[in-house]
Parts: sequence; structure tokens; C-alpha cells
Amino acid sequence: MPVFCIRNKRLEDVRKFIEKIIEGGFLISGSVTSLAILLIILFLFKEAGGLFNSPVVEDGYVVAVHKDNPIKHLPAEKIMDIFDSEITNWNDVSEKEKGIDREILVFRFSDLTNYYSEEELGSEFQYVPQKISELVANEPGIIAFFPEQFLAKDFQGRVLADDKIKLSDFFGGTKWYPTSTPAPIFGLIPLLLGTLLVSLGAILLSLPFGMAVAIYLAEIADKRTRNFLKPLIELLAGIPSVVFGFFGLVVIVPLIQKGLNLPVGETAFAGSVVLAIMALPTIITVAEDSMRTTPTAMKEASLALGATKWQTIYKIIIPYSISGITSAIVLGVGRAIGETMAVLMVTGNAAVIPTSFFEPVRTIPATIAAELGEAPAGGAHYQALFLLGAVLFLITLLLSFTVEYISTKRKI
Amino acid sequence: MTFSEQEDKKIDKRKHIVQRAVFSFFTFLSYLVVAILFTILGFIMIKGVGVISWDFLTKAPEEGMTEGGIFPAIVGTLYLVLGSSLISFPIGIMSGIYMNEYATNGKLIRFIRIMTNNLSGVPSVVFGLFGMALFVNTMGFGDSIIAGSLTLALLSLPLVIRTTEEALKSVDDSFRHGSLALGATKLQTIRRVVLPMAFPNIITGLILSVGRVSGETAPILFTVAAYFLPQLPGSIFDQCMALPYHLYVISTSGTDIETSRGMAYGTALVLIGLILIVNLLANALRNYFAKKVKMN
Repeated sequence: MPVFCIRNKRLEDVRKFIEKIIEGGFLISGSVTSLAILLIILFLFKEAGGLFNSPVVEDGYVVAVHKDNPIKHLPAEKIMDIFDSEITNWNDVSEKEKGIDREILVFRFSDLTNYYSEEELGSEFQYVPQKISELVANEPGIIAFFPEQFLAKDFQGRVLADDKIKLSDFFGGTKWYPTSTPAPIFGLIPLLLGTLLVSLGAILLSLPFGMAVAIYLAEIADKRTRNFLKPLIELLAGIPSVVFGFFGLVVIVPLIQKGLNLPVGETAFAGSVVLAIMALPTIITVAEDSMRTTPTAMKEASLALGATKWQTIYKIIIPYSISGITSAIVLGVGRAIGETMAVLMVTGNAAVIPTSFFEPVRTIPATIAAELGEAPAGGAHYQALFLLGAVLFLITLLLSFTVEYISTKRKI
Repeated sequence: MTFSEQEDKKIDKRKHIVQRAVFSFFTFLSYLVVAILFTILGFIMIKGVGVISWDFLTKAPEEGMTEGGIFPAIVGTLYLVLGSSLISFPIGIMSGIYMNEYATNGKLIRFIRIMTNNLSGVPSVVFGLFGMALFVNTMGFGDSIIAGSLTLALLSLPLVIRTTEEALKSVDDSFRHGSLALGATKLQTIRRVVLPMAFPNIITGLILSVGRVSGETAPILFTVAAYFLPQLPGSIFDQCMALPYHLYVISTSGTDIETSRGMAYGTALVLIGLILIVNLLANALRNYFAKKVKMN
């Protein structure tokens, strides 16, 4: 074999080797999105799972009662009611068990100086545990909330059981008071209902518009009009959500407040209006694309039978592309449910169970965006927000799979 | 004319009246949507154009964000766009090439495609949470440009991949076959034949993804954005301001919301202007390349 042939062969080998490496790079890049999804799941659930290991009472603090008090467990909501003076007698705490018939005396750690002088507490607070113990022993109706470090070794009262936050507390909870002391309350229901209400309103508003525009673009408009309108609708999709939020805040909110004569304009309805505008491009594009896939033969057959264009649209084209239209609706809902900034800016953010469209509500994404900055990393509040993120993620995942399912059915 | 023919004609007429009514209603709704778009754009332009000045574009905010400019926010957004593009473009394009040119296993492609679709459906605030947990806390980058860029890159990745795939798909197979028949390897075919032909569509998609990234707020909320930072970031491990976050801050929680409204209009206009330019550029490029292809 001549020399140059051998050299050529070696060159060929090197080149093949390099190609293999580059192709490996392609493969790795191809798997990045799958990896990202797995990592998102891992991190969301890792942080969120900690919530169910957190105590009901703020970490590092204890709640104690007099030793003759029969109460052993107190759920977070009861603790909040007691400390907010909503419940004032131990008898009213639980319907099932009878408590002692006494007025509740709420004691917070900061109240300590009302009972004892600074000398009595000691210059370095060395007598504080002893004094708290004494106070709890002397007051049969007391409920005391203080840092764990001031718990005396021979404590004269009874510390309430160290309950953990339960799954049912979160998923069945009807209140969201993440910063309430001594026991924060994380209830999903008001936020979930707020999210669903705003999204439902948005879809109901944008669906008729979206369908009309999609039909217009796909079947009615001539090519020139279409080429003019399509980029504009894409542009609408390109406007950042924070700009929609800003526009909603300065234009739509005051308009709603004045037009409907409401005390505040920042309502679920305002959120729905803004979201409806934002979901429009998604609905229009997807629905139009699916309508355009209707075979020409079908359309022409319908027209040849004497049907008008409109009859052809609603008897042939819409039924034929119904799965695409459904996908459009689901994608629109997905966009609405996950939207953060615009909703945060216009819905008023009151974390209560909504009773009407014209009240402030708070959605899941808005709650995350508004509160994560103030929640200390690793704390129960932080974990609860990650759990909200996980719930949101699962909802959108479900919607994605729905779209996937619809589109595979269509191919068959 | 018989009776039934007359009846037929009547029905025919009614059909067409209904059609005309429905069609004009749809036309009206379509232009209403366009009107909404122009209302939003026009409103912000009219209110914001008076605020824009050389000082506004080149100075830092002053007096509790009621005066001065938004220069650090503009620079911050440019850094973030650049940073995220450097990460998402190579990975996204390579991923697209893999999906369209290499992957032969039908199940694997389906899996990757489903995952990519899922990723594009993940709400932006979840990206923010994830970026905070992974890049800021676990990897220890802190609130920094690199953490924000990585988060934004992940967010724009599905868009880049899909664009690349679509662009590659539009290249006719006969070009690939021709190149392979001449003895070129698969990689040579991709590099010399397929990519140059798909380039116009890819570049258009990339530009659009830049537009998307520059307007995102929720993902940068906890990964990079600073409330107020008059000096420019010195390294990729610094925090920075960003236009969308700045707009959010001054329109909802500034020290004096009413007096900073003007600044908010100006910021919104700059942000929209940026996105308009990006969109126009993408459209112009698309048309330019389309013409070029036609001439060839």
C-alpha cells in the first residue's frame, strides 16, 4: 500500500473520531430539556417536601399551657384564633372535648416585662426561664408562646405536643396566613380557587374573540389581509406580561372601578380581562393552524352541494378541526393559569376564598412571586411556596399531557 | 317559476344574509383585536414619549426612582439577554439538529419532544423557583447575572429547539441525499448543506426568542434582579437591574407611585420599543431571505 494511502486512512480515522464526539454533543444537547424537567421536579419536591416535616408552631418556639389544662394538641387555626382573641374561653376551643371553663390569658414573650421588672429577670436574662415557668404555674388560663431556649429544665407547665404540618392542613386548608405567629397557616384552597376563577373568566372572555379571529384568518380573509394581521397578532404575543400588567393597572383597573362602581378596581375580573388579551394569540394561532389543515376536497365537496361558506365552516371545518381547537383552549388555559406578573399587578392579592368576580383575589403564581422574596430560605413559608410551585407545575404538566393526548388521537 | 323554486331562492337568500352577517361580525372582532393591540401600544407611546430623553436613557434612577433614568436597567437587560443567548443558542441548535437529523429511535424522539413541550408549558414563575433552588442556593451563585442567565436560558430553550427543528425540516431531503451521494459524511452534509439552507429561519427564531427573554420578569425576580443598583455590574456574579423588573417595581412599590408614574411610562416604552425592534428585525430578515430564495 502506498504511503499516502496510509496517511489518508489515519486522517479519515481522526475525522471519524471527531465526528463521533460532535455527534455525542448533539445527543447530550438533545437530552437537556428532559434533564431540566427532571431537575425541576427534583428540586421543587425536595424543597416542598420539607413542609410536612415542619412543626405547626414557628420553628424554635414553644407553646405551653398550665399543667391542669386538658388540651394536648392545638391545630394552627385554633392557635391563631386564640392569639387574635377570636376565642377567649378554653371551653370554646374544641367542640368535642370540654376544656376548663376559664378565660384564656394570652402571653407572648414580649409581654414578659409587663409581669416582671428588669431586675427580677436578671441582667443577662438568666432568670427568664424560671420566671416564665412560675408565671405559667400561677395562671391556670394561660397560653404562653416563647422561644425554646427559655424553656426551664423543671418547667412547671405543659408544653403542647410538637405536631407537624399535615397534608390535609395544606390541601384542605381554607386560609392562607403565612406570616401569622405563633402558628402560620398554609391553606391551598383560596389560592387554587382564585387561580381557577381568574383563568376561567379569561378563557370565557377570550374564546369567542379567539375563535372569530381564527376563523376569519383561516377562511374569510384574503391573503393580503392575512399577511398583514398575522404579524400583528404575533406582536401581541411578544408584549411582555409586565407591560400588560402595567397597562391593566393604569387603564383597565380604573375603568372597571368607575364603570362598575366598585370600591376597588383590582379584582378577579380585571385579572381575567388582562389574561384574556394575553391568551388571545395562543388561541388564535393554534386554532387557525388546525383549521387550515382541513382538506380542500372536503371544503369543496361541501360548497359543491350548495352550502354557503359559513355553513361549510361550522358544519365541516370546525368539526374536522375540533381537536386542534380543544388544544388551543387547553393551551390558552395553561397560559392563563401560569401567568404571574400581570395577574399580580391587577388582581388585588387578597388571599381569601373568592365569592364573586368583582372582589380582589390572589392566584398561586402571584403568591409565589409576591412572597418568596420575604420568606427566609429553608423555613416553612419558603417550603410552602415551593409546594405551591409544585402544584402549579403539576397542573401545567397535566395540561401539556392533555394536549399531547388530543393531538395523538387526531393523527389516528 | 314553480312555487318550490321560489322557496329555494328564499332559503338561498336567507343563507347568504346569515353568512354576510356572521362574516362581518367576525371581521369586526378581528379588527377589534388589532385595535386592542394598537390601543396598548399607542397608549404607552403617547404617555411615554415625553419622558424619553438622552438623560433618561443614560442616567441611573435618582430621588427614590422619581427622577433620573434607567441606564442600569437597560444594561442589565442586555447582559441577561446576551448571557442567556450564549447558553441557550448552542444547546438549542444542537438539540434541534439531533432531533431532526440524528435521532432514529421513534420512541426516544417522542419522549424528548414531549419533554420539550412540557418544558415550554412550565410557568415562568416555576422557572424562577427552580433557578433560585438550583443556581442561587445549591450551586451557590447567589443572586447573580449567571444564575439569571441560566434560568432564562432554560426558559427559552424549547423555543430555540422548536425553531431549529422547523427550519431543518423545511430543507428538502434531496439536498441531503445529493450531498451524501457525493461522498460527504453526515456531519459534512449538515454543516455545508443543511445548516446554510436552514439558516434564515433559524436566525429569525433566535431573534424572536431574544424578544421573549428580554421581557420576562418572574424568572429573574429571585435569581438576579436588584431593586435599585446605580452602578453597573462588575462581573457575572453580581446582581443587576433589569427593565421588566424595574417597570414592575416602580409601578407597584416605589416610594412615591404617583410621581414615578412618568418613569414607569418611559420604562414601558423602552421595553416595548426593544421588543418592537426585535420583531421588526425578525420580520425584515424573514422577508429578505424569502426574496433571496425566490430569486435563486
